Amino acid sequence: MNAIEVSGLVKRFNGKTVVDHVSMQVAEGEISGFLGPNGSGKTTTIRVMCGLLTPDEGTGRVLGYDIRRDGLKIKREVGYMTQRFSFYEDLSIEENLTFVARLYGIHPVVDAVRDTLEDLGLSSRRKQLAGTLSGGWKQRLALAACIMHKPKLLLLDEPTAGVDPKARRDFWDEIHLRARSGLTVLVSTHYMDEAERCHRIHYISYGKLLASGTVPEVIAGAGLVTFIIEGGDVIRAARELAGRPGVEQVAPFGLSLHVVGTDRAALESAVRAVAADTGATWHHGETGLEDVFIQFMAKSTDNMA
Amino acid sequence: MNTLFSFRRLMAMIVKESIQMRRDRITFAMMLGVPLMLLILFGYAINQDPKGLPAALVTTSQDRYTRAMVSAMENTGYYRFDHVVASAEAADRLIKSGVVSFVVTIPSDFARRVQRGDHPQILIEADATDPSVASGAISTLGTVAAQALLREQSAEALAARQSTAALEVVVHRLYNPEGVTQYNIVPGLLGVILQLTMVMMTSMALTRETERGTMENLLAMPASPLEIMLGKVLPFLLVGAVQVVAVLAAARFLFSVPFVGSMSLLLASILVFVLALVLLGYAISTVARTQMQAMQLTFFFFLPSILLSGFMFPYRGMPAWAQVLGEIFPLTHFLRIIRAVMLKGADIHDVTSPLIALVVFVLGFMLLALARFRRTLD
Repeated sequence: MNAIEVSGLVKRFNGKTVVDHVSMQVAEGEISGFLGPNGSGKTTTIRVMCGLLTPDEGTGRVLGYDIRRDGLKIKREVGYMTQRFSFYEDLSIEENLTFVARLYGIHPVVDAVRDTLEDLGLSSRRKQLAGTLSGGWKQRLALAACIMHKPKLLLLDEPTAGVDPKARRDFWDEIHLRARSGLTVLVSTHYMDEAERCHRIHYISYGKLLASGTVPEVIAGAGLVTFIIEGGDVIRAARELAGRPGVEQVAPFGLSLHVVGTDRAALESAVRAVAADTGATWHHGETGLEDVFIQFMAKSTDNMA
Repeated sequence: MNTLFSFRRLMAMIVKESIQMRRDRITFAMMLGVPLMLLILFGYAINQDPKGLPAALVTTSQDRYTRAMVSAMENTGYYRFDHVVASAEAADRLIKSGVVSFVVTIPSDFARRVQRGDHPQILIEADATDPSVASGAISTLGTVAAQALLREQSAEALAARQSTAALEVVVHRLYNPEGVTQYNIVPGLLGVILQLTMVMMTSMALTRETERGTMENLLAMPASPLEIMLGKVLPFLLVGAVQVVAVLAAARFLFSVPFVGSMSLLLASILVFVLALVLLGYAISTVARTQMQAMQLTFFFFLPSILLSGFMFPYRGMPAWAQVLGEIFPLTHFLRIIRAVMLKGADIHDVTSPLIALVVFVLGFMLLALARFRRTLD
């Protein structure tokens, strides 16, 4: 059974379609990445999935429950971590966790809170007010709070925004550890390295789901060809490449240049000509996830404008 | 470039603030609409020399002297005889529960005494809990009644001059014989203080969650609307209890306000009143989108309730439409209860209807809040 199975979801706000016929599945025990630029509808889609928003169209089941009718049951078995820190800043870590434990009816509360504090290494700071915590600790508290009722599905909305690399690494280790014991995770992110840590990814832009699959599948599905130009005058090469037939992206990476396009023949002839002009060498490169996403963003039209 | 003051920067601020003000529709409407509404409301409703006050007539005879007295009193404009009863007990009940402000008793031997020239008497009992209600009505009475009697007698009186008997009007200022204003104001203040703090604090209940961004999380967790509502308002009962003790103690020891009724009846009524208030506050918080709006709505509610509830000005002195409007405030009903119980020693039968009104408010505000509460972020 799929933990998440939605089809044709549509959500409009004041006539603007924010989620546009999104269908996707997330298998049980899988870590799914939800990617897309800002304002692409990731948060709205996640909110629909956990019953915080009612879809205007479409159907869906989360953990086997209907998202329209069984919102309450979904809430009890899903852990949702909001994008913005949304625990009580004027309560301590321990008080926040106690509140959450009581709301979910966890027994006995004291043990559950103590275990969660230990589990996530929060014991030493349990008396500290949540409002005085740094970004990394707030994120840790939020994660602790949304997994303490042992949900079957975690919905994480940009959990690592504004968190340092070490805390991000720890966070992902924690997520993988839990996925191994059967937890399903849907996590939205902007970071490519995080996307590559997911079993599958879903790319959404301006409300439309553009691609779903494993990272290699998504890259292959985009049908992009990448050439790398090295040496010579890279800046001049970039200027000359821009606008040539077949060239869709030119991005400098240090002393090299990634040139990306869909039409292999046209791209290759453009690269060959410019490399010869600027005295550089060129070779076939591997297309990365980032190249694919930039391509998606350039192509999808902005319906918000 | 001037670092202390720049007209351009000032303009930038003014324009920004004006746009924000215009976007906040509720605030904008209240800034324009409320002053106008209050002016019209209070300009017409408030009357410091109340007339047309409800009165009960206790009489057993229907002779012409009695009729003459009644019509003379009605002609002063101060009395409106809504109730004609035969027994003193029935009249006592009416004045105790606040249905009437006066009880006029014309004894059955009134006509006989007039004819005999034997010091006829009438008794006026005034509800003096609010001293200003009674004063005008009583002060005009002596002369008016005597003149009326004289007019009625004149035919015979000319023939028999000896019998223009001196009329005696006996006035009893009930419940507050010295006309101490504090007796009326202090119990009322308990209602006003409770209303201000309870409604204001609870009106922020949900807007605070929304503004701090914790609402999304709260909604994502399995808490039902009823649980959220009760969880938010019940802690304030404790705050209310502290205020009640403080005000009642002050009433007793600082102002020496008498307490003749049942304490348990009063406390039970206060509990219902406070419940109505916290639920009203919560209902406001389901309507307001920001804490600022909640505050404004609270004050929008607060001022009319003080002026129309009978706290500051005699309720019975207001025109009928203003009295009807006054009924929509829980404070109006609570004031009737607390004054009746503290000052008049009223029992539960005397205050049944305002008590029922408070219970209706509790249920009404609860249903309104639950209906307005959104379980989703739609």
